[in-house]
Amino acid sequence: MTTQLDRVDVVIVGAGASGAAAAWSLAETGMQIVCLEQGEWTKPHEYPSTTRAWEAQHFGAYSANPNRRGRVTDYPINEKDSPIAIANFNGVGGGTILYNAHFPRFHPSDFRVRSLDGVADDWPIDYETLEPYYDENDRMMGVAGLAGDPAYPDKQTLMKPVPLGRAGQALGRGFNEMGWHWWPSDAAIATEAYDGRAQCINLSACTLGCAQGAKASTDVTYWPHAIRAGVELRTRARVSQILVDDNDMATGVVYFDEAGNEQFQPAEVVILGCNGIGTPRVLLNSTSARFPDGLANRSGLVGKNLMFHPYASIQGIFDEPLDGSRGPGVCVWSQEFYETDLRRGFVRGFTYECNRGRGPVSTAYSGVFSGRVPWGAEHHKHYRKMVERITGMVAICEDLPEESNTVTIDDELVDPDGIPCPKLNYTLSQNSLDMMDFAIQRATEVLKTAGAYDIMSDAPIAGGGWHLMGTARMGTDPERSVVNEWGRSHDVKNLFIIDGSLFVTCAGVNPTRTIGALALYVADSMKKRLATLFD
Amino acid sequence: MNENVIAAERFNPQLRNALAAILDTMIPADSEFSAPSAGSEAIVNDVIQTMTGSSADEIVDLLRTLQETHGKPFNELDDEDRWRVFVDLERSNPHTLRVLGGLALQCYYRNDETLVSLGMEARTPFPLGHKVADGDWSLLNPVRARGKIYREV
Ligand SMILES: Cc1cc2nc3c(=O)[nH]c(=O)nc-3n(C[C@H](O)[C@H](O)[C@H](O)COP(=O)(O)OP(=O)(O)OC[C@H]3O[C@@H](n4cnc5c(N)ncnc54)[C@H](O)[C@@H]3O)c2cc1C
Repeated sequence: MTTQLDRVDVVIVGAGASGAAAAWSLAETGMQIVCLEQGEWTKPHEYPSTTRAWEAQHFGAYSANPNRRGRVTDYPINEKDSPIAIANFNGVGGGTILYNAHFPRFHPSDFRVRSLDGVADDWPIDYETLEPYYDENDRMMGVAGLAGDPAYPDKQTLMKPVPLGRAGQALGRGFNEMGWHWWPSDAAIATEAYDGRAQCINLSACTLGCAQGAKASTDVTYWPHAIRAGVELRTRARVSQILVDDNDMATGVVYFDEAGNEQFQPAEVVILGCNGIGTPRVLLNSTSARFPDGLANRSGLVGKNLMFHPYASIQGIFDEPLDGSRGPGVCVWSQEFYETDLRRGFVRGFTYECNRGRGPVSTAYSGVFSGRVPWGAEHHKHYRKMVERITGMVAICEDLPEESNTVTIDDELVDPDGIPCPKLNYTLSQNSLDMMDFAIQRATEVLKTAGAYDIMSDAPIAGGGWHLMGTARMGTDPERSVVNEWGRSHDVKNLFIIDGSLFVTCAGVNPTRTIGALALYVADSMKKRLATLFD
Repeated sequence: MNENVIAAERFNPQLRNALAAILDTMIPADSEFSAPSAGSEAIVNDVIQTMTGSSADEIVDLLRTLQETHGKPFNELDDEDRWRVFVDLERSNPHTLRVLGGLALQCYYRNDETLVSLGMEARTPFPLGHKVADGDWSLLNPVRARGKIYREV
């Protein structure tokens, strides 16, 4: 039996990067806001960096892949028809609990891909529209960086950049010899004490949760402020569907609580921040007579145009000792090949994001399983040539939207509450394959110039579905988009989307700074129109 | 009962000896580097505590066979014969050897003695963290000198 709860003004589904930002922003209206999150609060004192077995946790309870992690708060995903597997986290903070905190902005050109390069579509908004929200999101998250990056228009930096360390210096020298752009990466990491958070102490374990609290995951940035401002965050609340009335207005959401009891939360406004997989899943599961193909899906585009960033990894082995895994994962980046140059054989481009190096266990894995370090008496000698001597980069490649890359609902797979689960159909385009090949060739050159004598590369990174975008795109044309230019569904006028599903194109940089800015922009657009919100 | 306890209970002394011997074959001690053997007691214990589920089943099956098919228990073979058997196993049981290899590396490279032999501190990353040098920011001068590279719209 479903329990009917008291009506609230706003229900937000998902307490990740976007849900947290929107909840905080809307709180000042004094509306009654409830956020429903299927996961729980994580406990920083339990994060792997507080244990000796920290590296191995990448393959266990802190795996980024929900199918491998298999917590009761996760939902399984059918990834059989995708060469790239999903990486996420389901809990307060969402993916930011495990993210690496690379925090680039999009460029002005990223919003104008069709006009500039004749591919994909332009966004209905531009860089200038988002700029004040980027600034606000930066203040709330706390961003470290160095002002003056020539690859960007001027932007604020709030804290000193992450250290270069030995790896950053070796790579910087290599980039300089090639005459290429490079710069310290913008990072959502407190390099100084910031907003009650302690400063980074180079734990090496950003992607396992930050025990120090220096990394800007939204459980330690937005959420404490939002809760203090009156937002109710209800955990272990997994939404199965959104209900609508005969006027195509959402009436609220149905969810399962921790005990598996079904609840109906009525609301004036429903906001979805479940990410590029979770949001189309909820919409496609919300079928009704008026929306037989899923809610807000009269365009037929819900779940289509799924974009990841295809990633290539290129790592060099050096003679000189480097930093091992010490440091934040974020180091320096290069945007030498960011913009389109058709002589390279592909359209659009990528960012090289340099990492630090590897810990003792992951060095051993890559040494042994790539055949560089043998078993037996010779093991130690060869291992010592690799340990603390690896650094390199990943190339994060712009993926172009294609309607054939989809999230649909699997016929059989269900989560622990019996809610049908997503299925992916994703194929890498020739453009992406060519871009990754090029990125590997050029990275090999720069790594060798920097002093590497042996190169390890891999593309696509099979577990690299970190960025989930495009599956409920924004636009002005209801036939070609799911929501309008300020995040409101074309079909259901009290339904809003705020997460990476909104992306029209995905740029060649990580998405979360833009997701946060977009969520603030949608929330602000709502605040400015409160009297006419549903017109 | 948790999965690790169930796996640990299956390790009678014979299986334990076989496991220690195969781990020692994979990563023997090395006096030059003061590196311990992966067959040392602490690492064998860690491997047994860490293995779970179907991986544990696979490894136990492999060890049982090893103890039975070479005339005498694997741990009683001399180094040369052990190596020969191990190389054969890599060909005949690649999956199990990969699983066991992953466990061996995981446990070996978090062991105190190993980390000390590598000149590393044997401790958790938190709460002390690590020192990383800021580095020489003047390396960016050529990038600054080249000027703006972003595309106007
Ligand atoms: C290992 C890893 C590394 C990453 N590194 C970076 C990086 O360096 N830089 C970067 O920009 N990005 C990175 N990302 C991606 C980043 O985490 C995401 O872009 C970001 O968190 C997405 O924000 P979101 O609000 O769209 O969704 P999420 O943060 O994923 O939040 C969605 C939330 O919704 C909840 N939810 C979903 N469905 C339901 C439901 N039916 N009912 C109730 N709750 C639901 C989920 O539990 C989740 O908490 C990384 C991600 C991972 C996993």
